[in-house]
Amino acid sequence: MMGPEGHVETILFLILFPAGVSLLLLSIPVKSVRRTVAVIANIALIAGAIRLLYESSGGTVRFELESVWIERSMLALEAALSAFVLYMGVRYRRYLVVLFTLLQLGLLVHFETVAAPGIHVAHSLFIDNFSIILALIIGVIGSFICLYAIGYIEEYHERHKESEDNRRVFFFLMYLFLSAMFGIVFSNNLKWIYFFWEVTTVCSFLLIKYHEDEESIGSAFSALTMNLLGGLAFAVGISYAGIYAGTLELDRLIADGGAYAVFPAALIAFSGLAKSAQLPFSSWLTRAMVAPTPVSALLHSSTMVKAGVYIIIKVAPALKGTLAAAMLSYLGGLTFLVTSLIAISQSNAKKVLAYSTIGNLGLVVACAGIGTSEAIWSAILLIVFHAVAKSLMFLCVGITEHKLSSKEIENMDFLIMVMPKVSAAMIIGISGMFLAPFGMLISKWATLKAFIDFNPIMAIILAYGSAATLFFWTKWMGKIITIKYGLKNLEKVVSPWEWTTLAVLSFMTIGVCIIFPVLSSALIEPYITELFGTSPSMDRFNIIIIMIIMLGLLTMLPVALMYYAWLDKDYKRVGTYLGGANVDNIRFLGSTGEELTADIRNYYLDSFFSEKRLFDFGWVAAVFLVILMIGVVIT
Amino acid sequence: MTPIDYYIHLDNIHLKAAIYIVLAPLLGGLLAGIDRKLSARMQGRIGPPILQPFYDVLKLFQKEKIIVNKFQNFNVILFFVFMIFTGSLFFLGGDLLLVIFALTLAGVFFALAGFSVNSPYCHLGAERELIQMMSYDPMIILVAVGMYLVTGTFRVDAIALYDKPLILFLPGVFLGYLHVLTIKLRKSPFDLSMSAHAHQELVSGLKTEFSGTTLAMIEIGHWYENVLLLGIIYLFFSFNSAVGVAAMLLLYFLEIVIDNTNARFKWELTFKSTWVVTALFGAANIIILYFAIRP
Repeated sequence: MMGPEGHVETILFLILFPAGVSLLLLSIPVKSVRRTVAVIANIALIAGAIRLLYESSGGTVRFELESVWIERSMLALEAALSAFVLYMGVRYRRYLVVLFTLLQLGLLVHFETVAAPGIHVAHSLFIDNFSIILALIIGVIGSFICLYAIGYIEEYHERHKESEDNRRVFFFLMYLFLSAMFGIVFSNNLKWIYFFWEVTTVCSFLLIKYHEDEESIGSAFSALTMNLLGGLAFAVGISYAGIYAGTLELDRLIADGGAYAVFPAALIAFSGLAKSAQLPFSSWLTRAMVAPTPVSALLHSSTMVKAGVYIIIKVAPALKGTLAAAMLSYLGGLTFLVTSLIAISQSNAKKVLAYSTIGNLGLVVACAGIGTSEAIWSAILLIVFHAVAKSLMFLCVGITEHKLSSKEIENMDFLIMVMPKVSAAMIIGISGMFLAPFGMLISKWATLKAFIDFNPIMAIILAYGSAATLFFWTKWMGKIITIKYGLKNLEKVVSPWEWTTLAVLSFMTIGVCIIFPVLSSALIEPYITELFGTSPSMDRFNIIIIMIIMLGLLTMLPVALMYYAWLDKDYKRVGTYLGGANVDNIRFLGSTGEELTADIRNYYLDSFFSEKRLFDFGWVAAVFLVILMIGVVIT
Repeated sequence: MTPIDYYIHLDNIHLKAAIYIVLAPLLGGLLAGIDRKLSARMQGRIGPPILQPFYDVLKLFQKEKIIVNKFQNFNVILFFVFMIFTGSLFFLGGDLLLVIFALTLAGVFFALAGFSVNSPYCHLGAERELIQMMSYDPMIILVAVGMYLVTGTFRVDAIALYDKPLILFLPGVFLGYLHVLTIKLRKSPFDLSMSAHAHQELVSGLKTEFSGTTLAMIEIGHWYENVLLLGIIYLFFSFNSAVGVAAMLLLYFLEIVIDNTNARFKWELTFKSTWVVTALFGAANIIILYFAIRP
């Protein structure tokens, strides 16, 4: 145990160090030196995040850190950021971007100079178990994704000769982004959160745009526009909190803001909805899938979008008992249901992952809206398990995308024969997303229990949505485990960077499920107890059963695989049955005597789950709910 | 005290599981035999002896091992093991939701077995199996939700000891469950993914390429599953064990009648009708119940 000074050093290290590394990476021209720097930086970041865990006292600690210089430099950087966004908006003629930026700027300048200058902020930084959990996700998963990116970007540029090689900027943005994420989860000063929030928006914008073709630029601006709208709402929320509630501290606003906290909380939640790509904003995330895959893994599944739900969980207590909170939970439920159904009709692997991400964040939002101790407990579980399994999935798809030259699931036939190790990681990732005894199933189970006591309609939504996830994940898994002999192994040319990350994340996906009871009792339950006075925990008998299933899988799978691979020799091999008209194993004679090849494709059930129809429906319903949510707090 | 009451009041969960593991395949096989006999009589045939399913399975164990690829039987073994595990968990009185999730796990392995072979018939069977799973899954979860709303617990042993008849609180959920039970028992009109009947368009569907011991495991796995499914029926009537047993037998007979009087649906109709029935009976029942019992 160390004193608060130890904490604050580590926190400042985590926020500032990646920013320093990013500048360093931008300025070093030699690739091998850059790589060394990146490796050392990532080790330091992981160590920093783990150190935080060791230093933790379990409760919330707040820090005073007031300096004119911090305020001024932040203001200067913010102005520079806005100027850059304005320039981009004008250059690409996106006037909505210009409008939102000008409004934000005007609002904040007015607020700082005229309306409420110099509000005293006692505690600018804080740390609690929830922010430690997020810091671990950002530090550990984020670092490994950055390592993966070193190998990925090399091949990316070999395959996209038309794309300008800006990899220094790429890594600059990735590390800068990590810095901003740490900033968000440790800041208590709303202005600071807002600053880091805008940094992640701009990083995301530039990284989506990386390929610089028309599609990427369009997608990048779509993300920028929606997130700037969210940022605008955030700015209005801050101004309102400063002027009426008289505070700019997140914890004080939520705890003591009373009636004045409701309106800013709703606006900040609105901003969180945009950031975490909930309906009606979800289209920016699916379009952002044009970005290089490490970006999708880091920003668009495991961390940045989590910032959105993080802030929603933080402000939700201020909305508790209002109609706005109910709207929030319905919005999350609607998003989960609609996106899970749409995912059935998608054959692009990254889009399936994107829709699944949005859906799972929807569950977190729904939990935040419900706001009971069980719900918040499940929300944190969802965040943790989702971050690990989904980043693994994205990184697997990143490799297959290069080796198969396609992002389509339909091109992943026989993947287990072509890329056995990547397939194994992918199977772990998919299982991690929906199957007992893995993490997401545990958290969905907890979520279901939290929903039932609050409102059975939510439980019904969850039942339907889960059935849809079962369908699209299993058919994907079925695609990759189909077996055919005599195919060439494509795995040999995967870089060690990518292997390392894939292996670590695979073990983590299994590992977080095994240590889940410890994770819950040591980190999550103390946090929930601090908030609510009591904390739910899982029945011990059920934990034992879950562990038995896990152990059963972990022992049976390798044993059975080895048995079939080497020991089982007593069999007769035959061709598949093709109506008795076989030519060989996959070809058969058609009705007119011609040779036909049996070509096996998955179902996408487009007549039921077409993206356009469901999205339009979801969008209208979600806009309606958002209007209600904001409307009820205004009146 | 009937044997069932005696079983429910057993304190030793290991013994409970062991009894299930030994008795379930016998009961399941016997039910399959009765099923075939009754179906034959309904169709004006004499039908096989009641013990025929056992003879069939024993014979399957003696067959030569014929496979398409080395790993195709892998998932079937996992299906078999997890099906027994799931049933044991239910009969030793575990958490009903966990039972459902473990059942899903077993079901996923079964579907994956079909995918792994790379045969068009198996593959289509597996796809249809998944559509069936997606169709019935919400209703199965709502069964657990409904029972929780009434009894306040997910523990099967506690639900079985609940003194009031659950059926009175959950009539809609029960009807919804009957609908998905037809799918789960692989009865017409919902026997899309595989069928014992001769000459369907998918040959034998999912199990086309499985033979010998593996096919025997699929059969026995489904016997275990059928006993589990009937166990869930029992929970609706568990206030009185005689009524519970009568309900199980009667409803199984009803399923046989449905099987013999309906032509197979297409998957579209199967999926649509099941989700609609789930909403109209299951979901509506739960919402009404929630507002009725809310203080």
